[in-house]
Amino acid sequence: MTDQAQKEGGNAWQSEAFLKNLKKRKRSERRFRLTGLLAILTALTLLAILLFSIVSKGYTAFVQTFVTLDITFAEEVIDPNGTLDPAELRSANYNKLVQNALREKFPDVKGRRDLRRLFGLVSGDANTKLRKMVENDPELIGKTIPVSLLAGDDVDMVKKGYIDRNLVEDDRRVKDKELAWLDVLEADGDIKLHFNTGFFTNGDSREPEKAGIAGAMVGSFYTLVITMVIAFPIGVMTAIYLEEFAAKNKLTDLIEVNINNLAAVPSIVFGLLGLAIFLNVAHMPRSAPVVGGLTLALMTLPTIIIAARAAIRAVPDSIRQAALGLGASKQQAAFHHILPLSMPGILTGTIIGLSQALGETAPLLMIGMVAFIADIPGGFNDPATVMPVQIFLWADSPERAFVEKTSGAIMVLLGFLILMNAFAIFLRKKFERRW
Amino acid sequence: MSFYPLLIVLLLMSAVGYWFGSKKALNTVRKSSNFLTPRPHQFGLYVVIWALVPPVILGGIWAILQVTPIQMDTGAMRQIDRVVFPVILLLAAGAGLYFSILRINPDLRVRKTIEGLIYVILILASIISILTTLGIVLSLLFETIQFFGKVPMSEFFFGLTWSPQTALRTDQVGSSGAFGSIPLFTGTLLITFIAMCVAVPLGLLSAVYMTEYASSRFRSVVKPMLEILAGIPTVVYGFFAALTVGVFFRDLGDSLGIDVVSESALAAGVVMGMMIIPFVSSLSDDIIMAVPQSLRDGSYGLGATKSETVRKVILPAALPGIVGAVLLAVSRAIGETMIVVMAAGFAANLTANPLEAVTTVTVQIVGLLVGDQEFDSAKTLAAFALALVLFIVTLCLNVIALIVVRKYREKYD
Repeated sequence: MTDQAQKEGGNAWQSEAFLKNLKKRKRSERRFRLTGLLAILTALTLLAILLFSIVSKGYTAFVQTFVTLDITFAEEVIDPNGTLDPAELRSANYNKLVQNALREKFPDVKGRRDLRRLFGLVSGDANTKLRKMVENDPELIGKTIPVSLLAGDDVDMVKKGYIDRNLVEDDRRVKDKELAWLDVLEADGDIKLHFNTGFFTNGDSREPEKAGIAGAMVGSFYTLVITMVIAFPIGVMTAIYLEEFAAKNKLTDLIEVNINNLAAVPSIVFGLLGLAIFLNVAHMPRSAPVVGGLTLALMTLPTIIIAARAAIRAVPDSIRQAALGLGASKQQAAFHHILPLSMPGILTGTIIGLSQALGETAPLLMIGMVAFIADIPGGFNDPATVMPVQIFLWADSPERAFVEKTSGAIMVLLGFLILMNAFAIFLRKKFERRW
Repeated sequence: MSFYPLLIVLLLMSAVGYWFGSKKALNTVRKSSNFLTPRPHQFGLYVVIWALVPPVILGGIWAILQVTPIQMDTGAMRQIDRVVFPVILLLAAGAGLYFSILRINPDLRVRKTIEGLIYVILILASIISILTTLGIVLSLLFETIQFFGKVPMSEFFFGLTWSPQTALRTDQVGSSGAFGSIPLFTGTLLITFIAMCVAVPLGLLSAVYMTEYASSRFRSVVKPMLEILAGIPTVVYGFFAALTVGVFFRDLGDSLGIDVVSESALAAGVVMGMMIIPFVSSLSDDIIMAVPQSLRDGSYGLGATKSETVRKVILPAALPGIVGAVLLAVSRAIGETMIVVMAAGFAANLTANPLEAVTTVTVQIVGLLVGDQEFDSAKTLAAFALALVLFIVTLCLNVIALIVVRKYREKYD
């Protein structure tokens, strides 16, 4: 182009062809820059959509619908013999009280099918709640008081607006009659949304309104404790050995290559390792946090080692030389001086490794932590599940109400991850030293 | 004696040993005129080491013997386990205690023993990573060899139908189930390819923008936000893919008159790509940063615009590194499990159509191993064979990628 411009004579920098070309180049420059910005925006938009879809589906999981009914604690149901015997109080049929209250409220309902639908408005959990009330205060017997009871999951879904009333009745899970009853209750102000404490205190349940993440949270806690207790010391010791003591030889090279490769092994392979070694060879209990913790420890070990090595390498050599110069042994220099100085970095790396372990699902599926477990685990050997696996299990459940539970559990899990990462960032900001 | 009482007795013994050891060291130094080189508590530790190391080694050997499948007479075995073994253990600890206390004198260089033990522990800790790899390879290999004893290798690697369930239904092993893994590999590749189509352009372009255009303030805000994508657990992506993206693509297909299943490879692939964006972008970020400034300056000096510099100078110079980064991302995508378990199909389907449901290697491993397992059926063993293939493929990709990246780094260092 410049050749041509020179042939034409005159100032080549002002020729029409050159200016045109310059304009084109500038346009393409702008386009390129815009493409880059668009790529970032697209990625961030995807993130926003993900978070929005989770939050918009899940925020309702933190409230739950309650139905207030006038419960008559009839003596002939609870304690027909009038003995106030605790065993009798415990075995009484409290559902009957709820059923009576509902019948009283809706005297027109007849027929077994309709009655069953009517009783379905209140969750099976009411039984336990009423029993506890009577056990705490036997004076209640014979009285009639309004009690706020957990509603069934269908009622909950209607109240939260997840069920489309305009749908044809046959396509709808909640039928017209139930909607009519609900409207009556709603008009009387008997249906209310309360904060869902059960979500944080209950174990898993087949009934969505009763299901909570307490069991999964406790399971995750036990699992992470094992992971930390195993992975942290071993990771730190490996890092110290490789950085401070290891001679340059074949063994050291082998260990280094190994660690780098282990960091990139798919997590599910660690699950198979756990299955083959811990369950089939060592016969450890299935579904137990101890096995999950061990498996995750092997998985997070490379992350911790790599972070710890970087932190140890960042300590300047002068510290080492000064310690050795004052007569410290190599180990004293390492353990008394270098390790404390690199601890913030090591801890940051460990927390990030643990937060990965907290979100990990696949290897735990392999070692049987995917079973339905309603009880809250009480120890390292109890069958348990962890939060990501609970999310996976709920995501598989067909009930509509589990969608919001799943999203709610995801929000709690993300909350924990944010806390852990924020703590790691805090540690780094607070203790990081630039040498 | 069971484990915990034994442990408590051992700890008590070592505590006593610690106390005696330090006391004796102090006493001897008082009597002699010698200068006590190590500090008294180190003598205590020395005694503790002698009290604990022999029982720990013995206990380790015993534990290994117990998990090995050597069948002994159970009655005698129980007798040994309950009585003989704890007695031997305690005797060993007592002997260590006795002789180490006997040996204490001011000239004993106890620090050497202590540091020697610590050194051994450090090496043992480092060897765990090798043991892990060895454990992975051996456990996978062992089951895989068993699998190939039931199903011919040619069927596994070249067969076109995968339906392991039939093997369980009829009682014949292997012969009735179909273990052709080609559909799984093609499915994995299809989803990986879609993921790469999303992640590589987005990741690379954002890395270019971040390194070449963005102000440092923009970088410090946006980079952590992109990293959030990497920190979200995969099970969350799986839920998102299954419930939001899959349904979205299906509805979109419906409105366009195209038949898209809700478990389409497209949905799983796109979401997986989304997860890998920060991985690609931070790796390429490092690599673009490593391109020497002199190359940029030379290009600007010749009058090139920024975009021309990026396209004609920086990217070609960084190409090997970027290829390495993409290979690492591919290995990540191949091994990803939860997204495909939740959002991709389960039925093996030999197709290249991204709108249909395909299955992947990881989905099948999960499907075959979750639930009841019998370790002699070809169905369970097949999972290990698949995992071995997965392990080898990802390992090769990683090794190649690391070599490429290292070569590239050396070029500009």
